This record gives sequence, structure tokens and C-alpha cells, in this order.
Amino acid sequence: MSEHEFPPGRRLTRRGLLAGGAVAAAAACVPTSAVSDAAGRASAGPTPLPGGDAVEPFHGVHQAGIATSPQTFAVFVGFDLRPGTDRAALTRLLRLLTDDARRLTRGEPALADTDAELALLPARLTVTFGFGAGLFKAAGAGHLAPQPLPAFKVDALQPRWSDGDLLIQVCADDRLTLAHALRVLVRDARSFATVRWAQHGFRQSPQVRAPGTTQRNLMGQLDGTVNPRPGTADFERAVWVRDGWLRGGTTLVLRRIRMDLEKWDAADRAAKEFSVGRRLDTGAPLTGHAETDEPDFAALSPSGLPVISEYAHIRRARVADPGMRILRRAYNYEDGLSSEGRPDAGLLFASYQADVARQFVPIQQRIAEADLLNQWITPIGSAVFAIPPGCSPDGWIGETLLS
Amino acid sequence: MTITPVNRILPLALAVLLTAGACAAPSGTATGTATGTATGTAADAGAGTATASPAAAQASTPAPAAPLSISDPWVKTARSGMSAAFAALVNTTGEAVTVVAASTPVSPSVELHEVTGEGGNTTMRRKEGGFVIPAGGRHVLQPGGDHIMLMDVRTAIEPGAEVPFTLTLKDGRTVSFTAIAKDFAGANESYAPHE
Repeated sequence: MSEHEFPPGRRLTRRGLLAGGAVAAAAACVPTSAVSDAAGRASAGPTPLPGGDAVEPFHGVHQAGIATSPQTFAVFVGFDLRPGTDRAALTRLLRLLTDDARRLTRGEPALADTDAELALLPARLTVTFGFGAGLFKAAGAGHLAPQPLPAFKVDALQPRWSDGDLLIQVCADDRLTLAHALRVLVRDARSFATVRWAQHGFRQSPQVRAPGTTQRNLMGQLDGTVNPRPGTADFERAVWVRDGWLRGGTTLVLRRIRMDLEKWDAADRAAKEFSVGRRLDTGAPLTGHAETDEPDFAALSPSGLPVISEYAHIRRARVADPGMRILRRAYNYEDGLSSEGRPDAGLLFASYQADVARQFVPIQQRIAEADLLNQWITPIGSAVFAIPPGCSPDGWIGETLLS
Repeated sequence: MTITPVNRILPLALAVLLTAGACAAPSGTATGTATGTATGTAADAGAGTATASPAAAQASTPAPAAPLSISDPWVKTARSGMSAAFAALVNTTGEAVTVVAASTPVSPSVELHEVTGEGGNTTMRRKEGGFVIPAGGRHVLQPGGDHIMLMDVRTAIEPGAEVPFTLTLKDGRTVSFTAIAKDFAGANESYAPHE
């Protein structure tokens, strides 16, 4: 167990990158902007604040956006490939998208970027690509496709939030940066694919809550206390695939979990805490005092009943082996209000793990069988993607599968 | 995260490019050449796409001695008819360089164009004398400005295709590059061939 959801990210900035060698080589030249416009060079305007020009590296063994300390905003977009999008077309698509992503994440406009100024504040932008079963089939590699999840009895899945051949996950600390990146990427994808769903989510920003501390979800719970920490051996084992074409990659299970907040309002505090097995204020287990205290699942109340219920969420979701846990990188969603003032709200539960069947499925089965929290939450969307490894500056995402 | 290699490579690449660009290149655009994303990768993709012929896909980033450094090349997708290609041309020499012609296998007719006019009323036409890039200077081909005009696309330019181009200079030397094809709504200036 760890008190830190993620360690504070190492912060790179566009200015830092420029200062790291370029300026010395051309002392007389002031790097101006990212836009190659001889007529009127675009600029980011006033000197960006540190959060605005912070860069998350795009290249590497792993794709960014997984071990990356979660940004404030995320959008997950699921695409259906158009008929006839074959392996060669997928190669073209992924080269295009990779080129867009590597430029945008540096704070540079994409090629043919019509709104170049919107690209200049990357705000820790990451772009992460995932492959659904349909993409493998289109590539003639159906045998490598991730297996679908079994049906869980709590599921009330809607096709409009489920499945998809291609996933683009975009995260950033700025909503405008995210909107621009999404527009650029979708514009390049749509000759090859149609949008099946787009799911927007948010978290408390790093300016509001220190990175590395556990966040609250819309039910007010500290959510994500037990999470593998990047940089640890347990994280490596839990998240990254170690062999085959997916070596350095992972898998994503994205579940759209609707919260019945009106019903949650009706529950008293003790019932809420009993259902989870933790206190709402501190996040401490009912048997402890601090968030990071190990729950004592054997502890009994004076009346002889378990303090942490047999059906409490933390008991059902418990995985003893830290290397077999899942990485939760969840975002809240809130998509408007009904005329009666009821929110359409919940959690975009993004779970990354090396092996869906061995890590995610057993946990979800235990929760689906009996978890007091199920009274208030309902999975209404579900999708599984393979997340290919990262790439080098000369490479492209998906090359280990498609080339 | 494996951020260390990237951390080292980026500043280095920028430094190299800024030096090569002789102070003329804004830092951001120069990185396109450093990463080689749109250039020099045609060999892998050429065979699978409908456009870039494998034989022509040898086009690559110019050697350091080339008089022009090409960065961020791209071409507008087209099934047939007209299209346009864009890039930043950096003169790496101490003398002016003039581009007098361009060619590509996907269109037998290619012209060098400029856009004239003001506001919402612009027209494109052949650029007399070609593109002149002063010593150490930088010339950007872009929608709404100078560009390479494909007059008669015979092989469909599919999105993501890598299309080879060759520029011919006044002194007869050539510079080759590969442009990535992108869907693009703009660059629709009306054409006035006889102006």
C-alpha cells in the first residue's frame, strides 16, 4: 500500500528544452515561436507560466499518459475503423497520428495545423494510442487481439459507451490545449475511422491538490489509495507487458461507471463508510487512523462482526500481491444536468495492467458478486484496448504490430 | 518513464539545427528535420500505399552538404486534379539559392506558385524566377503563400502517404524530400494561370 498515488512528475518545459543547448549554439538567435510563418510569426504571447509550457516526453519505451502523473483533463475517444481500412492504411494512419502527437506534446503545431497558436502551451499534454479487437482483425492479426471481458452481473452496458477499434487518449492540464490536440488528431483520423464515443473527464489540478496525493471522486471518497507507484518494481510488474509485440506496452480497461449521486445523498455517513470500509474524511480504513494504514480485515466489533464488512469495497477489491494490482488512473465525468437537476455523473475508470484476465477480471468478479458500493454505481460502458509500446524519435506507435 | 534519452536528444537536436539554420530557423519547426518524421522514412511505407512508388521512396533528408535543408514537408491529399505541397526551405550556404522547378511522380505537371492579393481576395499564379532563398535564409512554403503546385494529380494522394519530391536549383543541382500527405480544408486559392 502506498500513500502516494503517483510521485510528482519530473517537469520539463519548452523553455528548459531550448535552453539546454540550443541557445548556446546560437547565442545571437532568440528562439521565437514554433510556427513557421514568414509573414507573421505566431507566438504564445506573454511568457508562459511554468504549468503552461511543461512538457511530458513523448518518446520512450512506454507510451506517455500511463505512468505520467495524471493531468487535470482527459478525453478518451473510441473509433470504429471505416470498411477497407487495411494494414497499409493503418500504417499510414498511425504514422500521421504519431507525427501529430510528437509535435503537439512538445508545444509545436502539427503539420497543416490551422490554429497553430493553440499548440504553443502544451501543459503536460500526452497522447496515448490503444488498439481494440477490430483493429487487429483489420490488420490481419486477429489472434493477437485482447480478449473481451466476461459479462459481469452488475453491468448495464450501452453500446454508445463501449468497445471501439482504436483509442486515442489525450490528457493535459489545460482544457484548451486538450481541445486543440483532439481536433488535430481527429481531423487526421477521420479519413480512416468514425468516432464511436468521446468521454471527457477531469480531476483536481496539480495547482489545487499536490501531485502524488490521493484524489476524491464525485462521491467524496478518496479514490486510488492502493495504486502501484511508478518507478517501483511492483509497478513494472503490474503494468508493463514483458514479451512479444506488446513488450513495453500494457492494456487498458476503460469502464464508464455511473454514480447515482441522488441515492448516495440519501445514505447516512456511517452507511457510506461501512460500504467502502474507509472513513470519508481521512480515507483511513475503519480499523486504522491514517489513509495509509493497512486495513485489519480480521478485526471484529464488540458484537463479533467484522469491522470491515465481508462486502465492503476495499475487501472485495483487495489484491494481496502488489505486482498483481491494477493501475487506476481514473477521471471524473459530469455531463450536464437533467431538467430536474440530476447530474449525469460518474467515473471514467481507466485501469492499466499487464494482463487483463489475471489482474482486472478477478477483481471485477469479486466486486460484481457482492460489493455494498454496487447500490450506488453502475458500469454503463466498457472497452478493452492493447496499449502498444512507445516509440523512438524515428519510429511510430504501432510499428511492432504493423511493420 | 524513460525520459532521460529524450531529455538529452531534444536539446542536442535543437542545437544542431539552430546552428545549421544559421540563426534563421525558429526553434520549433527545425525539430521536424531532427526527428525525421516526415522525411527519410518512405522506404517502410511506400510499398503499402497507393501513392509513393517504392522506387522513388529513396528520397530522404538531404546530406549535410546539400544547399537546402527541408523541414516539415507535407502535401495536401487529393484523388485527382490539383494539390499543393509545403515545407520550410533553409539555405545552408553562404550564397543565394534559387529553386527553379519541382517534380513528383504523382503529378506529371508541377509548378512553383505564389499567392497575391489582399484580404479575402487572393489569387495564385506562377512565381516568376522561382523561389529565391538568400544566403543563410529561410523560405517557408505554406497555404496562402508560396507553394509547390501539383497541377494534375494522376495517382491519388492518400492521407498519410509519403510522397517524394525533387527540387531543381538554378545551378542544376537537385534536392529531394518526402512529404507526408494530410487532409486539409484550406489552400483553395483560385488559380490565374495567365496573369
